[in-house]
Parts: sequence; structure tokens; C-alpha cells
Amino acid sequence: METDGAVTPRLELKGITKAYPGVLANDKIDLKILPGEIHALLGENGAGKSTLVKIIYGVLKADSGEMKWDGSPLEIANPHAARKTGIGMIFQHFSLFEAMTVTENIALGLPGRQNMADLSRRIREISENYGLPLHPERHVHTLSVGEKQRIEIVRCLLQNPKLLIMDEPTSVLTPQEAEKMFETLRRLADEGVSILYISHKLDEIKALCHKATILRGGKYITECDPTVETAKSLAEMMIGTNLTAPQHSEEADRGPVRLKVNNLSLDSTDQFGVDLNLINFEVRSGEILGIAGVAGNGQVELLEALSGEIRCQKAEDILLEQQPIGLTGPTERRGLGVAFVPEDRLGHGSVPDMSLIDNAFLSAYRQKKLLSNGLIDTRKTIDYAEEIVEKFDVRTAGISHTAGSLSGGNLQKFIVGREMLQDPKLIIIAHPTWGVDAGAAAAIHQAIIDLAAKGAAVLVVSQDLDELFAISNRMAVIAEGRLSVSRGVHEITIEEIGLLMGGTAGADVSKEFDSVA
Amino acid sequence: MLLKIEKRPEPARSMVYVTPLLALLLTILTSMALFTFLGVNPLEALENFFILPVNNQYGATELIVKATPLILCAIGLSVGFRANVWNIGAEGQLTLGAIFGGGVFVYFHDVDSVFLLPIMILMGAIGGALWAAIPAFLKTRFNANEILTSLMLVYVAILILSLLVHGPWRDPDGFNFPESRTFSESATMPILMEGTRLHMGTILALLAVFGTWIMLSKSLIGFQVKVIGAAPKAGSYAGFSQKKIIWFCLLFGGAMAGLAGVSEVSGPVGQLLPSISPGYGFTAIIVAFLGRLHPVGIILAGLLMALTYLGGETAQINLGLPVAVTGVFQGMVLFYLLACDVLVNYRFRMAGFSKVAS
Repeated sequence: METDGAVTPRLELKGITKAYPGVLANDKIDLKILPGEIHALLGENGAGKSTLVKIIYGVLKADSGEMKWDGSPLEIANPHAARKTGIGMIFQHFSLFEAMTVTENIALGLPGRQNMADLSRRIREISENYGLPLHPERHVHTLSVGEKQRIEIVRCLLQNPKLLIMDEPTSVLTPQEAEKMFETLRRLADEGVSILYISHKLDEIKALCHKATILRGGKYITECDPTVETAKSLAEMMIGTNLTAPQHSEEADRGPVRLKVNNLSLDSTDQFGVDLNLINFEVRSGEILGIAGVAGNGQVELLEALSGEIRCQKAEDILLEQQPIGLTGPTERRGLGVAFVPEDRLGHGSVPDMSLIDNAFLSAYRQKKLLSNGLIDTRKTIDYAEEIVEKFDVRTAGISHTAGSLSGGNLQKFIVGREMLQDPKLIIIAHPTWGVDAGAAAAIHQAIIDLAAKGAAVLVVSQDLDELFAISNRMAVIAEGRLSVSRGVHEITIEEIGLLMGGTAGADVSKEFDSVA
Repeated sequence: MLLKIEKRPEPARSMVYVTPLLALLLTILTSMALFTFLGVNPLEALENFFILPVNNQYGATELIVKATPLILCAIGLSVGFRANVWNIGAEGQLTLGAIFGGGVFVYFHDVDSVFLLPIMILMGAIGGALWAAIPAFLKTRFNANEILTSLMLVYVAILILSLLVHGPWRDPDGFNFPESRTFSESATMPILMEGTRLHMGTILALLAVFGTWIMLSKSLIGFQVKVIGAAPKAGSYAGFSQKKIIWFCLLFGGAMAGLAGVSEVSGPVGQLLPSISPGYGFTAIIVAFLGRLHPVGIILAGLLMALTYLGGETAQINLGLPVAVTGVFQGMVLFYLLACDVLVNYRFRMAGFSKVAS
């Protein structure tokens, strides 16, 4: 794949600049993608990756700079024009209608009227050709996340793209599913399709990509060959400083069992929800238990059952320090020293239209005694909000601004901080560093480890296996509403976790899911 | 050149205050066109509508008398609206307040006690709250839409009142007119200013506004109301019970409307009649929104809407305009307000000049 100046780049960007009020999102960025090249675009959150990609795809217009397509100047007015040029994009979040079939969903995304029979034949053809097994007649809600992503890929391939842009495509896949997708991508590259691959997973980029362009703070840093760099050197180029791994106290003093879940089963009330099936686990004081799993396998339901937003069937389903709490609500559980960071930070973990002061009050008023004589103690609440902002380095123009005005990562830091500063005995965290930049992620990881070291029991639910391996003492996997037996992180490999996440494999694995009771 | 609508990064606080004024301006312009169409000089019509009714002391106090039930109902509704509890049956709750409060007098008309009026006021609030408890129960138990149930109960309430004054509660000395006895001195709201109809109900309304303000800005229940309204999932995450808030909002709204009802019958009306309100409970919905669900805003909006009642009457007498003009006017205010509210979250921008990405 080594090509030099002789080949005309498929896409060449020179000095792309885009300013938003107050921020220079892209500052003179250069990028060169050759035909048949898999090119990584690497950078932290806020480095300007999304802005750049949106400019290429015609969603945004650059303030200045030059774009060339196969050597001739390129002007893209909108995504429709981008698709006509031969640029396809696969977004991180799918836009699919759950109640419709694969073919119907794809037809909706294509211009003009479609002959459905013809279309479904073409879908079958492409999906077989590229190793993307997909049944055109299946309804989307019956499909796994990996299959849903295949729909998006097939939708793009139907238009014969010359450049495929993928935004963090593996964030929702198991390692095995990701490997399958890589094969497809390699095959496309061999056929001459260029791929711009956005990710922050360095191992993937090393395994898949031929070239990498690194952005930091809106600026072009360098172009390098990821196959010869190490993950550490890539990460350091990305964040610009030296990384320190979280300090882990391996022989943490395990205290008594704090949280015990006993044969918890729960039918989901949501049509597309997942039923929980005989879930068993315990978390000791001073211990971090990680629960891995592909999104949509019962994590949401488990988290809501643990937080008390959904009541269990029996009080004994959940024991907190031997006390049955399965039938109590969130307020009582908080009163017993439990804190929660939910998955969806906007609208669940925070009220988007309310200020950070109000959002600090939201879940902390009881533990932090922010009520005096039945009225809100504004002074104390402001102090608490300021404490969170300061200790967790939340970047905000001020605590009177709304939660919705914060960037995702900063809001996440705020919510994690609000829960941790309540000195919980047990904290349940969903996706602690989702959308948070590497520096802040390291800080949150350290805070979680420190909290455990002080004797709190910690339960982390995440899709990010690197994160779980970095901070957990023990790990379990949730798949289709069932939880595997947990094992120490040193006794389990990433492959085994991957197999469990797929929930497929043979008798060996399914035994892991048998109830331990 | 093209006019583009784009979302603001953060809701514009200034627009929250500008849009009611903008809506009022558009309403006035449209009504001027309407008056012209009806063959009336628009400026003269506006004078009759907005200036003549209040250019003397009596007119000004009448404005407050009319605004009192509007403000009472609206302040109660505003709490529910903040929590997305759509009680639009304040008119019925007002009627039940009048029945419960007035009923106390009907049965104890010969009692001359200082406790009579306070008991009537209390019973009025209870009556309104009980009427609102029906939609609350249906909503929390069967998930029945409170918009429909509260609205339909309005007509039931009015028919109950009609039944009572035509039947058992009819004044025995009233020549068979469908009216109750006229309320005695001790069952009537004390007059605040000699020679006017300004009565103690206004004080009640101001207390209610002040109390609600404190409740919404400082108390836990007020906080819960706001959170449940803005992000129900965040509310349940924080452990706030949605059902409790639905009950609270409806009972509170009902009690306030009940207070308005009893303050009307023991104030300016002075007895129970088949019809005791010219739609105060419905107009209060407009008042609540025009006042941005904020206590101070509701006072101002209440005065403005009261003015449309007075103005409608004046225009009817002086210019011979139909009484429906009042309703048209009120409807237009709400219509334009809801339309203008798009400016809170969106802004208009001229597009097409900027040629970027050379």
C-alpha cells in the first residue's frame, strides 16, 4: 500500500479552517487520503474530528481552505452532493426505524422511488459479496447492534462510494464483530475504496489503518504510520503530554459484601427492552466490579433496577449490607449511601434546561443537607456546585449556565463529581468516561479507584473493555439479560469476554451464564 | 437571500420576556384590521378597548376585581403547566368552589358569625380541589388524559350548579328565579375601598401569588415540579414521584380555582346564580402562558386579560361591537404568543450572503 507522490490523492484538504463563536474548531488542517487507503483520523474529544468530517460530508462549510477530489477542486454544498460525488458516511448513531424491515429502511435513505424486490436482491448481493450477512426482510428491532451497523454499511455501499467515512464504528461492537467488520473494510480498500476511519481506539487503528492524521485542539499535528508507532506514542501525540496509567491497588482490602443481587429477574416494560433473567452478583467494600456487554443487552434495565427507578419483585432481590432494598425507591437507596451515574447524562442524569446549581441539588440535596427548614439552601447549593466544578475540572462559563450548554465530557465530569462527592458507600456508574477526553478519563478512573480504596464498593457498567480492564478488580459480562459469573481481571482474557458478549458460543460459555445459586 | 431558522445554542432568556410584548403588538395590529373590516375606526376602537374602561378610579378598581379570579386560577394552573400536567378544567373547579363555599351559606344563612366567611373560603378551596382530584385519580390510576377529563368535568360542574339553583338551593323568597339567597354581610368579602367593588379576594390572590412564588423557587416540592416538567427521567432518577406531583399539581390548581369561585360568589356576584363566571377558568390558561408561568408575569397578564373583558363591554356599549370580540381578542393573544415562542429556542438569520470555502 506504500505509495508516494506519484499517485493523485482521492481527497486532499489544505488549510481547512472553521471557526465557531469563541472557538477555532479547525485551524488550517491538512489531510491527504490515497485511493485504497484506510486512513485514521485520530484525536481526543474536541480535537476537531467531527467538524472536519462534517465539512468533507457537506454538513458544514469551511471558512477557508481548499478541497481537492482526484486532483480537481471540490465544492460540496450538502450531504446529497457529497453522496453524488462518491462520499459515503456511516454515523456513530444509527438512524433506523425499529419497526420497519431492512429493505424499507434502506429504501428510505435512497433518492427516488425504489423497486423493492430489486432493491432487496441488491442488498442480498452486496451483503454476500462483502461478508456482511443481512436478511433484507427482517425487522430492524430483531437485529443486534452489529447487524444494524451492517445496514448502514450496505446502505452506503449501494451507492458505490469512492470514499467511506466511518465515525467510531466499533464502539458498539464486540471484538469479534469488530474483527469481521475490519475484514470487510480491508476488502473494500483492496478494491480501491478509500476509507477515513475515526476512532480513539489505538489498537484498532494500529491493526487496520495504513496512515493516521492526528489532530489536537483543532490543529493538525502530524501524519504518521500507525503500524510502526506504539499505542503509547500515538496516545501521547493525541493528548500532547505523557500518559500515566491509573494507579491500581491490586491487593485492595476487600471488606464485607456491600451489594448482593439474588436471582433478580425482571420483565421489561418496554416493547424493545430486555428482560433480566436470574441475575446474581455481589460487590464487596473496596472492590470495583466491571460489567461488560454490548449495548442493549439489559444494561439499562439492570441499572434502573439497581437505582430503584424500577422496583424489583421481591425486597430480597437486592441486599445492601444484608438489608433488603428491592422494593424501595431511589430516595431511600440514596439515603442508605448509594450513588448513581446513569447512562444517559442529558435528561436522565441531569435536567438540560436547569442550571448547574439546580443540577447539583437534584440528587445531592439529601446527603449534602441542602435543605434547611424545608427550603432550598441556595448558598450551600451554590457552594456544592462550585466544589464539583473545581474538583472535577468541569469547564463551564459559570454554574448558573444550563447543564445542556456543557459539552458532553464536561457534563459527564459534573455528574460523576456530584455523585462521588457525596461519599457513597456504594456507587453504580454507567459508562464513566463515555465521550470524555483521555486526560479527563484518566482523572475519572483515578477518582473511581481512590473511592474504592477508601472502602466504597463500585459497580461499573461499560462497553469499553480497555476501561474495564484498567480499573476493575473483577469482571462479568451481561448478554441478553443474563449475567455471567464474575472473575478476576487477571483470570480472564479479552477473547473470552468477547465470546461472552456475543452470547453465542457453545456449551462451555453458556455454562458461564448458569445461575450460581 | 433566504430567511433561515436555526436553533439557538441556549434558550434566549431575553426572548422569554420579549415574546409576550411582541404577541400583544401583533394582536393589536390584527385587531385594528379586524375593527376596520367591521366598519369601526380602529383607533377609536382601541381607545374604547384599552383606555376608556380604566380612565377613572372606579374603572381601575373594576379592572382589579376582574383580574382577581383570573390571577387565582392562573397561578394554580401555572404550577401544573410547569410539571406538564395539563389541567384545563379550572372553570369547573371554580364552579365547585362556588358551590361548596356558597353551600355553606345556603345551609347556615341565619348564622351571623365571624367564622362564616373563613369557613366558606376554606370549603371553596376544598371543593375545587376535590373536583380536580377526579382527573388526578383517573390520570394516576388509569393514565387517562387529564386534558379531556378536566375539560369534560367543567360542563358537569356547571350543570350541577344549575341543578342546585333551580332546585333545592333556590331562594324561597326569590319569585322562582333560579338564584340562591343573597349573601348576608357576614358571608360577603369585605370591601377594601368605599364606593367600589374592590374586595378581600384580591388580597387572597396576592397572597396566593406570593406563596406560589416562594414554593416554586425555594421549596423541595417546587423543585420537584420543575424537574418533572423539564426532564421526567431525571426526576425519577432523583427519586421524585411523578404520581405525587400529578396529584399535587391538580389539587393545588383545583384549590386555587375553588378560591376564585368562592371569592366571586361572596364578592362581586353576591349569590349563587346558574352562571357565575364569564369563562375566567379558561381565560386563566392564556393568563398563565402570557405571564410565562411566572408569578409576577401572571399578575400583569391577569390585569391585561381583565382589561379585555372590560374593553369588550365598553366596545359593545359605545360602538355596538359584538361581545365575541373579547373572545377573539383573547384567542389571538394566545395564538400569537405560542407562535412567537419559537424565538425563544430558534433565531432567524439571513442566509445567502456569505460565500465560504473558497
